[in-house]
Amino acid sequence: MADKVLMKGAEAIAESAIRAGCMAFFGYPITPQNETPEYFSRRMPQVGRVFLQAESEVAAINMVYGAACTGTRVITTSSSPGISLMQEGFSYIANSNVPCVVVNVMRGGPGLGDIAPAQADYNQATKGGGHGDYHSIVVAPHTVQEAVDLIYLAFDLADKYRMMVVMLMDGLMGQMMEPVEFHDWVEVENRKPPEWATVGQGERKERNIITSLEILPEGLEKMDIALQEKYRKVRESEVRFEEYMMDDAKYAITAFGTVARIAKTVVDMAREKGIKVGLIRPVTVWPFPYEVLEERANQVDFFFDVEMNEGQMLIDVKLGVNGKRPVYYYGRLGGIVPSPEEILKEFEKKMEVSK
Amino acid sequence: MKTLYKMPEAITERPTTYCPGCPHGVAHRIIAELLGEMELTKKAVIVWPVGCSVFGYYFIGTDAVEAAHGRACAMATGIKRAHPESFVITYQGDGDLASIGIAETIHAAARGERITVIYVNNGNYGMTGGQMAPTTLLGQVTTTSPYGRDARANGFPMKVPEMLATMDGPVYIARAALDSPKHIIQAKKFIRKAFNAQARDLGFALVELISSCPTNWKMTPVEALERIKNEVLPIFPIGEMKVNEGVA
Repeated sequence: MADKVLMKGAEAIAESAIRAGCMAFFGYPITPQNETPEYFSRRMPQVGRVFLQAESEVAAINMVYGAACTGTRVITTSSSPGISLMQEGFSYIANSNVPCVVVNVMRGGPGLGDIAPAQADYNQATKGGGHGDYHSIVVAPHTVQEAVDLIYLAFDLADKYRMMVVMLMDGLMGQMMEPVEFHDWVEVENRKPPEWATVGQGERKERNIITSLEILPEGLEKMDIALQEKYRKVRESEVRFEEYMMDDAKYAITAFGTVARIAKTVVDMAREKGIKVGLIRPVTVWPFPYEVLEERANQVDFFFDVEMNEGQMLIDVKLGVNGKRPVYYYGRLGGIVPSPEEILKEFEKKMEVSK
Repeated sequence: MKTLYKMPEAITERPTTYCPGCPHGVAHRIIAELLGEMELTKKAVIVWPVGCSVFGYYFIGTDAVEAAHGRACAMATGIKRAHPESFVITYQGDGDLASIGIAETIHAAARGERITVIYVNNGNYGMTGGQMAPTTLLGQVTTTSPYGRDARANGFPMKVPEMLATMDGPVYIARAALDSPKHIIQAKKFIRKAFNAQARDLGFALVELISSCPTNWKMTPVEALERIKNEVLPIFPIGEMKVNEGVA
């Protein structure tokens, strides 16, 4: 670890990706994440790597798909409408078992929406988004430092499972400046393409074919089952979450990303008033930490889910709690970031209701 | 004894899925011969399209990927940029390249991507049952132009090489036809130059191959080749449209 530097989230994730061994960036401009590709466009040539501004998000994700087929660490970053355009590529990438990292700096929707911070792409990211039975690993940092850390994890998990890893952020995290520590550089320049990569057969005994196509239903079912088996392993091994002040908590707030960061302040404010509340924060929103919610349901009176959407993670929280305790929800839509005071007030209303 | 004829090494033993009389096999053979002659087979990655040649990787034995419909040039860009040592070819039909994939094609050309595009134009969507394509001739009856393609309603046939030849990125652009031995020999000469363009790191190259679709044209294979000569080539004339220095 090096010294701390003060950096914007949008630029910090780019620098972290480069240090994590990302050899290629393909993307298309969209607000509120332009600082990230701009940073890549400056830095990638300096380190002899690829930066390419594509003609569209559709092209960008298919460039990512192509680069991923060579086993190269590759990334794209975009925001909600651009991510919608990429869904076709995500689906192909999933059924081709190739690794890549995608950052979605979420903005208000649907449609063109606005460019303010939002979390309304939760369902799209965690339930698939494109066609077919597939998942991507989805991580949701709540600080710039965590984003820097999770970029490393994202590339490692993408390579380990040969699948796409999505980082869900929002414009607030992108614009925020925080002191960050970067990790050591991952040495990738002399890395040989993996055995499965399509780079030309060369000395290999067998040629490699990467395809998501299998025309016989019996064959495709086998491919689908293999994918589900991979997802089962990911669910078993890669669930990550943080608990904040949960040891003696009588109530639990659930939140991810930017809202989770605000929720920590809410917890602190409530604690000062003597209210024993804690926070359960999924770090991976897929795979989702269902088990911790079910366990904590034996301890808390109720759960209070806060999001910047209409309650998309709420469904997963309810699945985890499994009917053992009430799950309340508060959220803001359209790109509005709720204040700690506002959340605490809503939380206290639920305390009244539950008495 | 002197060998007069043998299968190119890059052709696999698997029987193709193409209809009787379909020229895809001829196009495959030209590519396979050139890969062998130019010692590119083991370096090659072919990006296959969605269309009749979707299973092309079964028939040409190189490393291969299967692109989403129309995205071959974008995928090829990703492969080539990430691994410049690979020899990257896209093989696309006219629906794939000229309709849904036209943006990816034009921008790959504009960037001068070091990829080689083989563009097989049979004037309709073969695999899906013969629907109208951007290349369908005026008056031509297809399953979605049952009264014949009408310019007012459906626009005009798209001439991709003519369009790309106006750009600075491509170094070699040509159109050949697969309707006769003479034209097939010419097609191979053109594709060799297109391969040179990439092998010599000169820039983007595309060769259109005018092909037939006897099944959906509802003709015998011979009638279909006659139609190329009599009806298609007057609209889609063959020849080299852009030849930069160094590709020959």
